[in-house]
Amino acid sequence: MTAPPFHYARPSGVDDALAAAAAPGAMYLAGGTDLLPLWKAAVVAPERVIDISRLPLSEISSTDDGLELGALARLSDVASDPDVVGKYGLIALAIANSASGQVRNMATVGGNLLQRTRCPYFRSADLPCNKREPQSGCGALSGENRQAALFGGSAGCVATHPSDLAVALAALDAEVAVVGRSGVRRVPLARFYRLPADAPEKETTLGQGELIVAVLVPDSTRFAGRATFLKIRDRASFEFAVLSVAAALRVEAGIVVEARLAAGGVAPMPWRLTASEEALIGEPANEATFAQAARCAASGAQSLAHNGFKIELLRRAVARVLQDIGGSR
Amino acid sequence: MQMSDQSLIFSLTLNGENCEVNVPPSTTLLDLIRDHLRLTGTKKGCDFGACGACTVLADGRRIKACLALAASYEGAAITTIEGIASATELHPLQTAFIKHDALQCGYCTPGQIMSAIALIAEKPVDRGAIREAMSGNLCRCGAYPNIIEAIAEVASL
Repeated sequence: MTAPPFHYARPSGVDDALAAAAAPGAMYLAGGTDLLPLWKAAVVAPERVIDISRLPLSEISSTDDGLELGALARLSDVASDPDVVGKYGLIALAIANSASGQVRNMATVGGNLLQRTRCPYFRSADLPCNKREPQSGCGALSGENRQAALFGGSAGCVATHPSDLAVALAALDAEVAVVGRSGVRRVPLARFYRLPADAPEKETTLGQGELIVAVLVPDSTRFAGRATFLKIRDRASFEFAVLSVAAALRVEAGIVVEARLAAGGVAPMPWRLTASEEALIGEPANEATFAQAARCAASGAQSLAHNGFKIELLRRAVARVLQDIGGSR
Repeated sequence: MQMSDQSLIFSLTLNGENCEVNVPPSTTLLDLIRDHLRLTGTKKGCDFGACGACTVLADGRRIKACLALAASYEGAAITTIEGIASATELHPLQTAFIKHDALQCGYCTPGQIMSAIALIAEKPVDRGAIREAMSGNLCRCGAYPNIIEAIAEVASL
């Protein structure tokens, strides 16, 4: 197997990186843990790799307003940061359940958000995939679709987003700070990703050459002790999620006053379970409420031939996390 | 770094020795170590980040060399299986792997040992933590129980 060679550039600052990435065929490289396998498999073919791994964007800082994760912070550094562990345990837990020790030492926050789907049709250059090669068709729709989306898919693409971290960030209402040639903008994570509709090759709202510089998480200390991440996978470790749920609750005087639920492995982006959240807010934090929220978890789900099992699995996963974090304290 | 479209010239430290290399830009760290610097103890298993046979240390942290672009590691201190024994003695993990029969075919062993060296520095609390933390290294012979025992012994667990 010989993948086509690429050229290399290592810009010394963000402005230089933006200029270098404006060229057609340029792709950013941070940790490399997703880009290099995709390149070897001929799924992507960068003409020039822009190595941003040494840009000064790896700081992790926590203030009263929230947490800022530099886009180039390594996952292992985020998961072991005392402030992340102490105040944003949901994020540390999601990362601890991701990939392997070696990969967590390499992979970055920004790269994690931008990792490509694990759909086997996308990752095999010989198979049809509208995301990899527009207009070639979707092999998964009528083929192997066990990991396909229950929500947000289209007639052209049913791929799921594989990140665990993004699911935790979605539950915490994180924003993504993006820099382009016209300056910095902040985008809520929910609007950072795009649904496939009729253009599954466009996965985010990033413009050509734009760069994630940080992820901003609003202060989440009020969820302390009532936040968790459940990942269900085909083997116990070093495996992508069949399905995951991030959950955070705030309970006052026995009443749920705030509820966050997001699921992974079920949609083209981390998917907030709004019907379940609504079933919780204002209700007593008890088994009956949690059961009702679990029943709503899959509302709107559309299954294919091989992924219908995830509907019941999602309901049970929501029931489990609510039992874990909703009890009396 | 000297750059042209066809080649990059840069230095890194390999097992304590400074090396100047001249490689095509799309060379992985794994291919640099094996094909250019001719240290073949680091193994190429899957070349897709799944098996861990190519695990090396970069500035003391374990990474998968097949997922690393060589040029990104300019100036880094890389340690491979060839760099862990002293002139007269094996590394304690090498000794423990032999004692506990922690291998059959041995192909995954360099990666297992490099991963374990970094893991011991991460201070695992029990055998369960070792099992979890070693999940990035596959052993198709299934020597896992003995691998865990060897690492636990060196970690004093």
